[in-house]
Amino acid sequence: MEPIRSFTSRVVLLPIENIDTDQIIPARFLKVTDKAGLGEALFSDWRYNEDGSQKADFVLNHPGSKGANVLFAGDNFGCGSSREHAPWALVGFGFQAVISTFFADIFRNNALKNGLLPVMVEPAVHQKLFADLRANPAAEVTVDLASQTLTLPDGGKVSFPIEPFAKHCLLNGVDQLGFLIGEEDAIQAYEASRPARVVTSQVA
Amino acid sequence: MSSPRTLFQKIWDSHLVRPETPETPAVLYIDLHLVHEVTSPQAFSELRQRGLKVRRPDQTIATMDHSTPTTPRGADGRIPVTDAQAAAQLGQLVRNCADFGVPLFELGDAKQGIVHVIGPEQGITQPGMTIVCGDSHTSTHGAFGALAFGIGTSEVGHVLATQCLLQSRPKTMEVRVDGTLRPGVTAKDIILAIIAKIGTGGGTGYVLEYTGSAIRSLSMEERMTICNMSIEGGARAGLVAPDEKTFEYLRGRPGAPAGAAWDRAVEQWRELSTDEGASYDTLVTLDADSLRPMITYGTNPGMGMPIDASVPDPADLSEESQKAGLQKALDYMGLQAGQPLLGNRVDVVFVGSCTNSRISDLRVAANAIRGRKVAPGVRMMVVPGSQVVKRQAEAEGLREIFEAAGAEWREAGCSMCIAMNGDQLSPGQYAVSTSNRNFEGRQGKGGRTFLASPLTAVASAIRGRVADARELVEKLPVTPGSPA
Ligand code: SF4
Repeated sequence: MEPIRSFTSRVVLLPIENIDTDQIIPARFLKVTDKAGLGEALFSDWRYNEDGSQKADFVLNHPGSKGANVLFAGDNFGCGSSREHAPWALVGFGFQAVISTFFADIFRNNALKNGLLPVMVEPAVHQKLFADLRANPAAEVTVDLASQTLTLPDGGKVSFPIEPFAKHCLLNGVDQLGFLIGEEDAIQAYEASRPARVVTSQVA
Repeated sequence: MSSPRTLFQKIWDSHLVRPETPETPAVLYIDLHLVHEVTSPQAFSELRQRGLKVRRPDQTIATMDHSTPTTPRGADGRIPVTDAQAAAQLGQLVRNCADFGVPLFELGDAKQGIVHVIGPEQGITQPGMTIVCGDSHTSTHGAFGALAFGIGTSEVGHVLATQCLLQSRPKTMEVRVDGTLRPGVTAKDIILAIIAKIGTGGGTGYVLEYTGSAIRSLSMEERMTICNMSIEGGARAGLVAPDEKTFEYLRGRPGAPAGAAWDRAVEQWRELSTDEGASYDTLVTLDADSLRPMITYGTNPGMGMPIDASVPDPADLSEESQKAGLQKALDYMGLQAGQPLLGNRVDVVFVGSCTNSRISDLRVAANAIRGRKVAPGVRMMVVPGSQVVKRQAEAEGLREIFEAAGAEWREAGCSMCIAMNGDQLSPGQYAVSTSNRNFEGRQGKGGRTFLASPLTAVASAIRGRVADARELVEKLPVTPGSPA
């Protein structure tokens, strides 16, 4: 994966709480065997009419959303299903970060594995940012992973938490599977210390 | 002497290949990896690209459930897959399992079924294990005192290749449910009430342990219903400490240990409870005695209420974002603030899903509908969780009971829980569903879901309107509740 650097962007406002992964990408788009093209299906049921035309009033279809790579969402973004298709669709559309007050666990893990930053801010910051962006939709924010800071439109900076290991991987393009494979000796030692609990071929 | 530990901590400690450090997460060993067609193809592709093998195919098992049709078998005994994309995805799983040596319960196989139904059924879900699957309802297996949680597809690849995961230690929440359930109130109502209490994000960052007299008195399958929906409260995993019921459930199942190994296993499993004096990070309590049947009115599982309550009013909420969230949900559901749900229109009743499709669920539903009819204009579908459940139900005569009542009896799978396989609501339709998610469009684009127990589902099917299971129970010949 490419290392992540700091970026500055306009923000797409989707101030809805508890946006679940079924909204991010509905299940009927999960019958695929690769990751490509899922950006088209992002927020599909909110974004398209029955005939496939775009709903003019949905924020992703606003001209100002073009090219923006930060999404602002309500509390508890990404709850529900574990589908990694959700971050694949967000990244496929062009998003590099989502700002919320908190994220569902599995979504957060999945996002970090795909270079999508979950930027978690305090409720007060969240509210103020929303008010500022509503007043000035063209305003930009800067997300800097190395310093873990979000620079707000008024120039103020707030920090956001990221697990140290995930940050290290994202900044340096380290691949987590490669890291685990590097633990082979420890895994073998563990396995040698105890028998397998089940043998699945026994039931198949 | 070591300090007292929670059940979670015991399982966690015994699976550490490497403990967590300030810089790196723990390397956690996984005992059992369950695989299905939807969240695995990209992970197998990754293995191929890197020239990796599945490290422990003997600790991995795959099934087909999400995109499989539940329509009747053809004359040749096969279940036809007419959706080309689904067929391609299923075909990919067959190839992946063959190439990597992973055992697979294919569509039509005598053991095929929903991934969270087959693990316990085959006895490969056992106390003290770590179990993962690219599926958020993996929490179901926690009913056996296993640490079981959903993972994304990247992590599916990690486990396929290394049998390990990088994990940070979650916090623990005790969810204590004491008291005795009233007739007509079930395990499903307990978990819907817990989620309504903590909210859909309330368990984020936690592993739940369900304790208390009400949990102890539940059957294994009822405990699975509870643990299944832990994720709907935001918790990746939910646990119930194993006890005699757990051991009895597992005894003699194909994957369970036998002979002397069984005795040794049970001895170890008895150690799996939270020690006296161990502490959880937080506590939530629920009183079973005062619980009423629950139903959801909104578009996430936290939007639940007692069935005889009124739909809440956004005006009563304090925060703007909450008001907007509730109003959006009510608009989608076509409901008014303050209205009752009892008596609301119902178009479809769905009994199925990994929450409520086991044999005891079907027994309860069949017992309740025996000699009665599904109301005109209502479509009722009964979808067993696995082929094993289906055959058992047929052997017990449950199929005839459902069909005589006018319900559809289907092949096993996820079906209308996720609406990937053609079983779906039409826009605007209302369903009373025993599944676990009422998100917008979850059961079909524009479809509107009321989550409830199998008893509430049957009561509503008979009335043709949202109905109170307690009315039904009063008239039942036998008290519901399952010995399974
Ligand atoms: S029944 Fe529903 S919730 Fe369960 S595994 Fe299938 S789709 Fe997921």
